[in-house]
Order: sequence, then C-alpha cells, then structure tokens
Amino acid sequence: MPRDLEQPEVVVQELNPAHWLDEYGNHLYGYALRRLRNPARAEDMVQETLLAALETHHTYAGRSSEKTWLTGILRHKIIDFIRKQARELTVDDINGLSDATIDKDIDILFDARGRWIHPPRDWGKPDRVLENSEFIEAFNHCLERLKPAQAQIFSLKEFVGQSIDAICRESGITATNCSVILYRARMALRRCLEIRWGDDTEKRR
Amino acid sequence: MLSCKEATARVSASLDRKLSLRERLAVKVHLGMCTACRRMARQMALLRAASRRLALEGTVEGMGMETLSDEARLRILQQLKKQ
Repeated sequence: MPRDLEQPEVVVQELNPAHWLDEYGNHLYGYALRRLRNPARAEDMVQETLLAALETHHTYAGRSSEKTWLTGILRHKIIDFIRKQARELTVDDINGLSDATIDKDIDILFDARGRWIHPPRDWGKPDRVLENSEFIEAFNHCLERLKPAQAQIFSLKEFVGQSIDAICRESGITATNCSVILYRARMALRRCLEIRWGDDTEKRR
Repeated sequence: MLSCKEATARVSASLDRKLSLRERLAVKVHLGMCTACRRMARQMALLRAASRRLALEGTVEGMGMETLSDEARLRILQQLKKQ
C-alpha cells in the first residue's frame, strides 16, 4: 500500500480535538466510568487522554481507527491512575489485607476442620444471572463496599484485565500478597452477594 | 484431602495463575464430592464474568448517565484550547 500518499489527509483530520470530544467523548467517558466507578475521575481521564492525544498525535500512524487509538491512550491512563493509588497504600493497608495470620473475615466462614458453616447458595444459571439487572445492581453495591486496597487490586485484575505479575510489579506488592488480597476481595464480594442476591430463590428462576 | 476452605483458596488462585497439575487434581476431586464448593466455584466464576461484562458494556447503576455532561465538555474543551 502506498501509505505515504494517504497520510497527509489523515493528519489534517486528526488535529481537531473538539471533533474528538464530540465524536468519542461519550465512548471514552463510559469506558473510564465503568472501570473507575467515579464520574469526576472518569471526566478527568477523558481530559487527560485528549491532552495526551494532542501531544502525541504525530505518533498516530492511522493504522487503527481514531477511536481505537484514543481508547488505547485512555486504557493506559486508567492503569497508571489505579497503580498510583495502589502505590499510595501504606504498608499497614497491604499487610492488614494480606497477612495470612489475620484471616478473621474468612475464618468465620469455616469450622475448625475447614468446612463451610453456611454453605454457599445456588445463584442460578450464570447466563440468566448476568442478564438480571438486580444482580448487576447488587454486584455494584458490593463492589462499593470493598476496602480501598481490595477494590484497587480487584479493578486492575478484573476490570482492566491486567496480569497478576504486572499488577504486583507496578504496585510493589508481592505476588503472594496480591493473590491473597484478590482472594479476600472475592470472598467479600461473594458474601455480600449471598446476602443481597442469593437469599431470594424467586429471582433466580 | 483438601478442606472446603483450602479448596476455596485454590479456586480463587486458579483465577490468577495456572494451578499445578497436583493442585488441579486436588480441586477436581474435592469439587466432585462437595456440592457447596461446586456452588462456590460457580460463584467465583460469576464474579469474573460479571466484572468483564461491566467493564465491557455494563451500565453503572446509580452513577447517572453514561454521557459526558455539558459542563464537563466545556471544561475539557477549554483545557484543550490552552494547549
């Protein structure tokens, strides 16, 4: 392909940040909001993304669509932001959440022989559950109740889709601690959902 | 034999890393015999599926519309013009 011949036109179009905002503002905002769960932060991320795009537009080769390019910048901004938050956690925050000897929240779920005291409930067919807006609402509610360190690591893992190695390396947390924090986050979510969702058999049918 | 508590920790770990063959077998044997832990494992998988769905396409309940407000647009536009 004679790509060189096509490029001048692309460059002219691409230098219109107001157009980016009109065209992709809502897409970028929604993307950020779903991962950061905070409207003000999501707005900041959109702004930072467009500013960064303005500065680095010369690196945009037109190989991907503008939307994909901008979303890629946003994704990196979000990861940086959550990592920065994770780095600000104190040693106590992290130790308190990953110290295997302080395991109260989990210990109370099992008897001395490690058997469930309150066995998990059947939440119903996964496809159905995921389509159920009440479940999604309960899930959101429970996410809000995670401890900050749990929420940050959980977000990086499950919302941004980072590998555990990347999360640990960048946040300065050991892989074992990361894994323990995620385990506790999942258990906290599970318990919260048992109360808010799993209790009512009618909903699941 | 794994206890339910140990099986639960392993199932969570399996979402973060590939378990060793030995671990996988131990979990499989436990889940084969334990209804409660089979439910737990489905719940854990559902947590991941729900997160993926929210991140990809979900609405964020109780957080207002998923569109930029006019105020935010204006603010961002002003910042862009400063550049």
